[in-house]
Amino acid sequence: MGGDPQCRREGEMTGRGHARWVRLTHWMATAAVAALAFSGVEILMVHPRLYWGDAGNDLTPPVLELPISRNYRHGGWTAATPLLAGPGAPVSAGRTFEIFNQNGWGRSLHFLAAWILVAAGLVYVLAGVVAGHFHRHFVHGREALSAAALGRDLREHLRGVVPRPSGGPDYGPLQRASYALVVFVVAPVLVLTGLTMSPAVAAAVPMLLDLFGGHQSARTLHFGAFATLALFTAAHLVMVVRSGFARQVRAMTVGDRT
Amino acid sequence: MTSRLVTRRHALAAGVAAAGGVMLGGCSRSLPPTYGSMLRLADNFTYVAHRTLLPGQSLVREYGRADLSSFPAVGTIDPASSKRTEVAETYRRWQAGGFGDWRLSVSGAVARPGAWSLQELKALPSRTQITKHTCEEGWTAIGEWTGVPLSRVLDAAGLQPSARFVTFKSLDRRYDSIDLLDALHPQTLLAYGMNGADLPVAHGAPLRLRVERHIGYKSMKFLTEMIVTEHFDDGGDRGYPKNGWAWYTGI
Repeated sequence: MGGDPQCRREGEMTGRGHARWVRLTHWMATAAVAALAFSGVEILMVHPRLYWGDAGNDLTPPVLELPISRNYRHGGWTAATPLLAGPGAPVSAGRTFEIFNQNGWGRSLHFLAAWILVAAGLVYVLAGVVAGHFHRHFVHGREALSAAALGRDLREHLRGVVPRPSGGPDYGPLQRASYALVVFVVAPVLVLTGLTMSPAVAAAVPMLLDLFGGHQSARTLHFGAFATLALFTAAHLVMVVRSGFARQVRAMTVGDRT
Repeated sequence: MTSRLVTRRHALAAGVAAAGGVMLGGCSRSLPPTYGSMLRLADNFTYVAHRTLLPGQSLVREYGRADLSSFPAVGTIDPASSKRTEVAETYRRWQAGGFGDWRLSVSGAVARPGAWSLQELKALPSRTQITKHTCEEGWTAIGEWTGVPLSRVLDAAGLQPSARFVTFKSLDRRYDSIDLLDALHPQTLLAYGMNGADLPVAHGAPLRLRVERHIGYKSMKFLTEMIVTEHFDDGGDRGYPKNGWAWYTGI
């Protein structure tokens, strides 16, 4: 399949499926993201409060609290004592409540899966550039990504008009835009905000703290990017089912068998 | 099926541990054991990756006094009310004497083992730093710490060339270690002061560790003992790895 539209049309007709490296990295990323989501929710349950800035804890105001574990507003604290003189000074209090905390495996599983995702992501991006995948399927013919085309595609999606599946990487306008958003915005933000929370990495690359406005801002953005990815995944699964589940799964597993 | 999985896991563990050993100069006992766990294997991978890819002694960001934040105390917040009577009695005795009979014992691969009083540690050149404490639970707090750089105490004790790790024990029975790179890091302190005052009881009085490029639980409170070792010591049943927690927590 080259840049020639006629070739792409043929690929579409015969249903060549996805390239081997796309299939491999897709399922590596699927496994990694599933493990990351599972462990990530566990980690968030341990401290279900989100903040903005560099410091944020039970004794400072959150921007968002999630009622997702017994740690939500547990209130098990000794009386606050001031840490400095003067009104409004920072305080300390001792925790007397035994919190839910499974971070022993949660954190280590999260980082194991993160390494796998980064490995899959590097292979995907490098191969995508070398093989011309991004150029051919994300950039080429980007006039199809005009506001009018996206709007038309969105209306068709909402009306439930599903284009005949190509069984390969001939993406529609909305599909193309959402894949590009996930690959080039959401995934990098997830990785970089994650790295910002590593004290050793933040010491080596303090620019990360400035980029995201501090450790807790990075943590909040990490959660926001995860929520975006979760929405994408839900929409992705709906479209896979609605556009011909068997054919789409075949294209992403065995590939070219037709 | 189960036994095949375990075998494969062991083989994988041995392979990556061997690769890690090669990257760390061929000394396999310079890495924590994995106990056949994929998770501990991943911890070791992160450790080797950080030590290989990150600059050796980069400093963590330091803040101003205006950035000091409220600071929760978690874990042991008062050893005097410990359920272990020995711990509670020892701590009450120390408090009654203004920590005058508290000592930090220093032993292992050093030329001059001994026991340091609080006064002796305070007589060494001190460092004050305002840094961020990153708890594994997800919260952070900014505090000012005053203490003696650990490297000063290790210099005074005389590290032997075979030294590789520094192991710490605390009154509340914690047992953990750091490698020499972290032990000699300029911001690694034996801290006796917080926010301009003596270290509060809830934050580890009279002496706690500050290992700034690690997650908070590495900064052990209520220190009593320091042992310089030539090999990795997992701390047995009291150490983190055997209890399912990462030893390397730079991430």
